[in-house]
Amino acid sequence: MKQFTAIVKARTMEFVRDRGTFFWNLIFPFVLVIGFSFAFSGNNDELFKVGLIGEIPAGLESEFFSLDQIDFIDYSEEGTEEREELVEKVRQHQLDMLVDFSTGKYFLNQQSPNADVLRVLLLQRSIGVSEFSTLTGLSEQEVTGEDIRYVDWLVPGVIGMNMLFSCLFGVGFVIVRYRKNGVLKRIKATPVTPLMFISAQMASRFIIVIITSVVVFVGTNLFLGFTMKGSYFNLLLITALAILCMISLGLIFAARIKSEELASGLMNLVTFPMIIFSGVFFSLEGMPKLMQTFSKIFPLTHFVEGARDIMLEGAGLTAILPNVLSLAGMTILFLGIASLVFNWD
Amino acid sequence: MKTILEARKLSKSYGQLLAVDAVDLAIEEGICFGLLGPNGAGKTTTIEMLEGILTPNAGEILFRGKPIDRQFKKKVGIQFQSTSLPEFITVKETLELFRAFYPEPRDMDELIDICSLSDILKQDNRKLSGGQRQRMLLALAIIPNPEIVFLDEPTTGLDPQARRNFWDLIKKIKAERKTILLTTHYMEEAELLCDKIAIMDKGVMVECDTPAKLLEKHFDGALVKVPHQRNAKLKSGDSKIVGDMLEIQTETLHDTLHELIHANIDMTGLSIHKPNLEDLFIKLTGSSLRS
Repeated sequence: MKQFTAIVKARTMEFVRDRGTFFWNLIFPFVLVIGFSFAFSGNNDELFKVGLIGEIPAGLESEFFSLDQIDFIDYSEEGTEEREELVEKVRQHQLDMLVDFSTGKYFLNQQSPNADVLRVLLLQRSIGVSEFSTLTGLSEQEVTGEDIRYVDWLVPGVIGMNMLFSCLFGVGFVIVRYRKNGVLKRIKATPVTPLMFISAQMASRFIIVIITSVVVFVGTNLFLGFTMKGSYFNLLLITALAILCMISLGLIFAARIKSEELASGLMNLVTFPMIIFSGVFFSLEGMPKLMQTFSKIFPLTHFVEGARDIMLEGAGLTAILPNVLSLAGMTILFLGIASLVFNWD
Repeated sequence: MKTILEARKLSKSYGQLLAVDAVDLAIEEGICFGLLGPNGAGKTTTIEMLEGILTPNAGEILFRGKPIDRQFKKKVGIQFQSTSLPEFITVKETLELFRAFYPEPRDMDELIDICSLSDILKQDNRKLSGGQRQRMLLALAIIPNPEIVFLDEPTTGLDPQARRNFWDLIKKIKAERKTILLTTHYMEEAELLCDKIAIMDKGVMVECDTPAKLLEKHFDGALVKVPHQRNAKLKSGDSKIVGDMLEIQTETLHDTLHELIHANIDMTGLSIHKPNLEDLFIKLTGSSLRS
């Protein structure tokens, strides 16, 4: 235990005293979140987004459904569960309207400024079409919900991305450097075991990353006031789990590689697709199903999904359980691989 | 004297290269054992196998008569040829870190005192000079209060002043009756510190004994050098022309000098040299040490 705490202390001091890295870890995500919030602050969408479920029944084919200003998205393929989520999208202003022909309901968000416009458009452009001239066959369902700004949606992604960099490079890169310059060899000559050394490195990085993530979250929240519907405990839980998982992934790179250039190249090779396909900056919704399934192999995807569900939808532990279990499973897998492959030299 | 560390038929190869070839050696307790050899002779490979850092391809290593095991690490102190220290932490913090690795570490004040570290305790590891760094690495090596200390070229690259200071530290550790295994490039270092030396070349042990016995075995008498004037035929000794000097290897110094006077040779620039380890080294390995 004495060995463990001594290594954790030394490694943490090394991080804190390395001013450049220290501030980069804090300032980079901060700048990114603030920057994005400005860049996407104006809602420049000229189109209304209306979701449709089921075929438009004969007699209802009004001019409304062929308006160029409206982006109609056909969700007919979705199952019942997904349809529930579509209503959620209306609630979060991601969809302006949802028309479900199968149940004869359409949904509008009271708090959305677009709702009134759409309602008027619907009435006007449907005049004289048929006996159901004004969608009379359908009943309006009102939902309410505050607008989810892009930045609310973005922040878990940016924090997740920062965690990924910090975990992968902070563990992977540093241990490779230790191996190259002989620090590992020096420690190998002491009674410290690889397991002890590695777990101390993990612990130090874990403390560092969880503190920086909390600081970045709280710091940007002061300026931007994020939507937070779920529990902070759950958010912290999934964050902690994701950090462990990403550190374990970093350890695989750290296990054997001797060159910093190779390590950094391989880590970039993994981080870039992960950032693109984990839905950090844009939603995976529009992507092919195969791609969405593929994205599940990345720990970042599970963190981003889980954190977004907690923050934006107030998801509880059971709702994010698949993400939690995936992260836990991957952590064990990565740790197992790393410990099998690890070599001091 | 009791043997503390013994190697039998130790071999190690890297790919095609046979770095160490069936080396035997036995180190007695309490002595300073010098491992000498030109660059690439296999010194570092040998010492690292003895430290338990490298696994030999063949042969065995016995510590107090038993094969080395995990416990061995707690009983040895190691100073590698090149080690980076953790960055951004001070000398004192580094000592504390390494002290935490051992069950019964040496007292902090004692370490500071033996290795003369009091002036640099608060210095960042990255800002140490060559000599300070070696002192610090030596301190790390003696933290476990080891029974045997391995020092791999500890003074290479140091200036003459720093080197002499470092020798004083080694003498202090020697005075504690600790066994020391030292590799070096410097013959004067070996001459001053080592009780016994082994000379390696091309992975093979060439000689192993006390410096005095080795000199006695390989050289007789003295080496007389005079500036070469004409090829003087001398009856005593073995003469040859090296550069612009006439070198006479002689067992009977008195006769040789007498002959030189009789031959009317100008004695200006005459030197009489007792063969030292450097001469022995060049004789045995055929190459200059620092080449």
